[in-house]
This record gives sequence, C-alpha cells and structure tokens, in this order.
Amino acid sequence: MIDYPFDNEEILRNSKKIKKKLLCDGTTRIHKKIAVLGGSTTHDIIRITELFLLDQGIEPEFYESEYSQYWQDVMFDNPELVSFAPDIVFIHTSNRNILEYPMISDSEEEVSEKKDRTLKHFYDMWDKIEKTYHCPIIQNNFELPGFRLLGNMDASDIHGRVRYIRELNIKFAEYAAGHENFYINDIDYMSSCFGLDKWSDSAFWHMYKYCMCFSAIPEFAYNLSNIIKSIFGKNKKALVLDLDNTLWGGIVGDDGAENIEIGQETALGQTFLEFQNYLKLQKDIGVLLNIDSKNDMENALAGLNRPDGALNPDDFMIIKANWDPKSINLSMIAKELNIGEDSLVFVDDNPVERDIVKQQVPSAAVPEVTTPEQYLRIIDRAGYFETTKLSEDDKKRNEMYKANIQRAEEQKSFADYNDFLKSLNMTAQIRAFAPMYYARIAQLTNKSNQFNLTTKRYTQSDIEKLADDENYITLYGKLTDKYGDNGVVSVVAAKADGDKIHIDLWLMSCRVLKRDMEYAMMNELVTVAKKRGIEQITGYYYKTAKNSMVKDFYALHGFTKVGENGEDSVWTLNINDYVFKEHAIAVNTDESDE
Amino acid sequence: MSKEEIYERLNTVFRDVFDDDEIEVNENTTSDDIEDWDSLEHINLVAAVEQEFGIKFTMAQVMGMKNVGEMVDIILGA
Repeated sequence: MIDYPFDNEEILRNSKKIKKKLLCDGTTRIHKKIAVLGGSTTHDIIRITELFLLDQGIEPEFYESEYSQYWQDVMFDNPELVSFAPDIVFIHTSNRNILEYPMISDSEEEVSEKKDRTLKHFYDMWDKIEKTYHCPIIQNNFELPGFRLLGNMDASDIHGRVRYIRELNIKFAEYAAGHENFYINDIDYMSSCFGLDKWSDSAFWHMYKYCMCFSAIPEFAYNLSNIIKSIFGKNKKALVLDLDNTLWGGIVGDDGAENIEIGQETALGQTFLEFQNYLKLQKDIGVLLNIDSKNDMENALAGLNRPDGALNPDDFMIIKANWDPKSINLSMIAKELNIGEDSLVFVDDNPVERDIVKQQVPSAAVPEVTTPEQYLRIIDRAGYFETTKLSEDDKKRNEMYKANIQRAEEQKSFADYNDFLKSLNMTAQIRAFAPMYYARIAQLTNKSNQFNLTTKRYTQSDIEKLADDENYITLYGKLTDKYGDNGVVSVVAAKADGDKIHIDLWLMSCRVLKRDMEYAMMNELVTVAKKRGIEQITGYYYKTAKNSMVKDFYALHGFTKVGENGEDSVWTLNINDYVFKEHAIAVNTDESDE
Repeated sequence: MSKEEIYERLNTVFRDVFDDDEIEVNENTTSDDIEDWDSLEHINLVAAVEQEFGIKFTMAQVMGMKNVGEMVDIILGA
C-alpha cells in the first residue's frame, strides 16, 4: 500500500484510510515520542510521517511546535516540550529559515561573520537539545536557493547564495560527523532528486508557509522515517536475490553461462554489472547477500562464476538454487541465518514470484523493481539499509554469519554437544559498559527480540547514562571462538536498591544461542553483585510476541517465581543460594582483572 | 466534461480526503458544511482536486474560491 516506490498523490489523498488499515493489521509496534520543531508548516509532514512509521513497526506520538517556533521551544524550555520528554527531536528547517544571506556589498569578513552567526543559531540549539533531552536529533540540511542572482557564479563567488548554502551544509555535516546522536536529513539530496523547481513551490510558501511543495511530502516523510526506523533498529538485514534477469540478462539454464548478459559487452550486460557492483558495496556495509533462484545449483554457480561479473559465489551467505517454491527457500534462509523474515528484502524481476512471496511471507519487503535499469535506484532509494551508525560489527557481519554457518556444519560431526562447545575454544570478555561499545549495545537493545527478557529499547544516550549511573550494574559480553570474533552479543543492566538489584535488561543475540554465554553472564553478574554486598536479585520476564524462548530463563538459573501478571512474571534469587554454572567459555582471560 | 461529471468526481475526492462516504457537495458547499474542513485540510483538498483533474490552480484562484461552485467553474474553464 505504501511500499516504496509509492504514489505520492494517492498517499496524500487517502492518508486517513491508510492509517486505519495500518492500525488494525495486527502488528506489534514500539511506541516512540517524536518532537517536530518546525521553521515552516509541519502539519502534513507529521500526518504522512506517521503512516510510514506505523508501516515500519513504530507507533509514533508527536509533539508539534507552534508555527516557526523551533528555536524558541528549545532555547526557552517550552514546558510542554519538556514534559513531553521526546525520544527524538526533529528540526524541520529549510533555506527559508536562514537568518542572514550575504549582500553584494559585503566584505569577505562580513560574509564569514554572517555564516558564523547563522551556524551559531543552530549550534546553540543542538547543544541545548543534547543537554536537556539526551536524545537523538534529526536536522534538515538546506535545499539550494530558488534563484541565482549571479547566475553560474552564484556557486563560486562568496556572495552567491548557492555557495553560501553549500558551505552551511558542509558545516552541518561536520557537526553530524562529530556528534554521535545527531543525524542529517539530507533535503539537499532529496530536493535535487525531486527537482528543485518542483520542490520549492513558492505558492505553497506564500499561501501556507510550506517550505516545499505538497506532492514532495510523502518522499520527504519516507526519507525521514527511514532515519527514525534505523535509529530504533528496524532496518532490514539481508537481500534475497533471484538470478536470471535479476543479476544477469537471460536464463542461464537455457542459454548457457557463456551466453548470459553480464559485463562490458552490451548495454544490458553493463546495466547488470552496475547492479552487481552496487550489491557488492551493500555487502561492505553489512548487508547479507543470498540467492533464491529456480535453477540447478550447477547452472547457478556457473552464472555467478562468470569472470566479467562483479559478484561470485563467495559473496553470498546462502545460495538456494532449486525448484522449490521461492517462498519456502526464503523462510529457510531466514531460519539458517537466524534472523526474522521481516529482515529480508526479496528482489526478483518476475511479478508472479513477487506476488507469491508477498502472500506467503507477508513480513518480507518485496519491491516492485520494474526494469533492470531501475533496480539499483529503486532499492537504493527504498532505504531498507539506511545507515545511522557504521559499527565495526556491521562491516564484519558477513564474516560472522559465515562463521556461524561453518559452526553449524561442525556441530553435526560431534556426538556430544559439550565436546563440540569445547572444540570451539570460546573466550569471553564480560565487563561494565565501555564507551567503545555504546553504539553496539544500544543497537542490540533495539534489535534483539527473541532472547530478550524485558524488550526495553535504549538510545545510545540512555546507555551512556546507565553506564555513568552508580546505581546500575551493567555488563556487556563479547564472545570469540576459533572461527572469529562475534563482537558484543549479550547485554545486562541491573538497578541497585539497597541490598537488592533488579534486572531491567537482559538480552542476548540469537547468533550465539546454545553456547552457554548466558551462564557465563549470570555467573559474572552474581560475582559483581556479591562484591557490592547485594543479597537478592530480582528478574522480570515481560512477554512479547517474539520472546517466548526465554519464559523459563530465570527458572533455569535457579530463581523462584514470586509473582505473575498474565504471562509476565517476576523471579527472585537469594544470592547465597546461587550455584555457579560450569560452561565451556574462558571469561576475562585476555587481560588482568581490576 | 459536464458539470454533473465534475461533481461526481469531486464527491470521491472529498470522501477520500475527509474519509467520509456520506459527503455530497453542491455549488453552495463551503468549509462550514464539512466538519473537518479547516485551513490545514484545505491544502490537502486543493492538492487532491488538482491531481484528480490534472490541473494546477493559480495562487489567486486558490485564495479567491468562496465555495465548491466557484471551484467547479475554474475546473470547467481549465
């Protein structure tokens, strides 16, 4: 209904019906408070952004500043905004909000002072937001101006607005690069894609004080919602690709690998090559590539081994080349990678295959990719893999998942599971939250659904606060084995209250299920708690649609159930009754204890 | 395009925009007659009408429209 590429006018006109439909589709959503502070009208931007967020699993609650009060709301602590306590602040400004532009008579120094004053107006506000709300900030950069007084020289002369705006945008980008929780909504790029003349419709400004034309609002809102869903860990994780006429031209089984179109020989071959190159870049940012194709394996591999293609079989996590329904292969891929079906993007040129997958695996994204020359743009603009943080783990993700698949292979050859675990030579680092892992820890709290006792979501600044709070015991667990470093895979936070602690957060990544990591974590928590003189530990299980695998977690660790509310439960453990668990992981051996 | 045809198509636009299948507009309909028709929804309505008829109102036309009848006259003249 509102999947990219969508119909802007349709969405604007039928937003109320679409919203109703989304609200009763049975999805469970996370609730987030979003403050929209505008330098122009924001009413319809909120109306449409809400739709896309609902579609991406987020139920937003909005605060909307009075018209053009973005700066005052922040700087003078509007009590309404303060009590709203936003999870995200979005500053919707445009070139209409630039306070001072260069005049032709200005000296170089005067131009530079104007630029500094304009920037200070924003810097002050951003710093204030960070200090007051400790939440992520999304800030528009500026679209290019609607006129060029100096013609082409407007881009080069210091008095030109084109040059001036470009310089402001670079300064905004530098601020973003230097601040963890600050994200640019790139309306400079959006407006040029849309067409600047169409985007900056002055009638809409003069009549309604909209800084952009009405029909651009859905694209704008979609782009914004992609940043928000990425911050809250709702990105897709994997591409599942067809082969024939998706990664190359022609049918490899009929035409033979030597006759498919890929490479520099033909226009179509170049188009597919460009697409393959793009997919290879996706892999570098941690997107997992997979194949789901109706082909014999031999032919599939022959096509992928064409030396003039960019991708080869090693680039893929899982290659399913068989004659089973693609929807079944798709579900198997999710299972083998241990990720949700809602993390998959299925790309196939054949509309019939797309329809079957849409029906059978409704939570997967299935873009209408049209013709080969459009594949790249459609997938790119859809923002499935919108990057708000590029952690080291993201760059290594393909290797980590590959090692997982190898481990699963090896497990088959051991009769005794404990022997298998020992053979992995596992070592773990389990310590209090450390700054270098804040990004990953926050990411895990937003991504983990299955092995997650309370499913509480935290932003990176929340994590920083927990780490600094002396009342909290925090632990991250990082697991390494002979196949490689899994990175941070488990996170625990417990709040102290006298001689008791309450476990607010306990999660583990499903990539390390059944490795005893949870026992190593509990042993460590008990050890740390004992040192602090804690007598009792209380654990909570909050049931969600996805976390039933841990409903007996605390029972397994020797806790006693002391309360129940529906399917939620509360458990306690007398710390002196705890029996330390044996496991196959060497903990904190790589450096001395403090 | 006849007037009747325009009114019929306008009715579907109004019903979509205000999500109310009961709406019937006539030449005297104004924003006072439809509960949700405020200045903000007006923008959405005008955009949807433009889209439906493949036209673009000038600023003067948008600002000058007093009722649905005047809107229809502009559409007829476009």
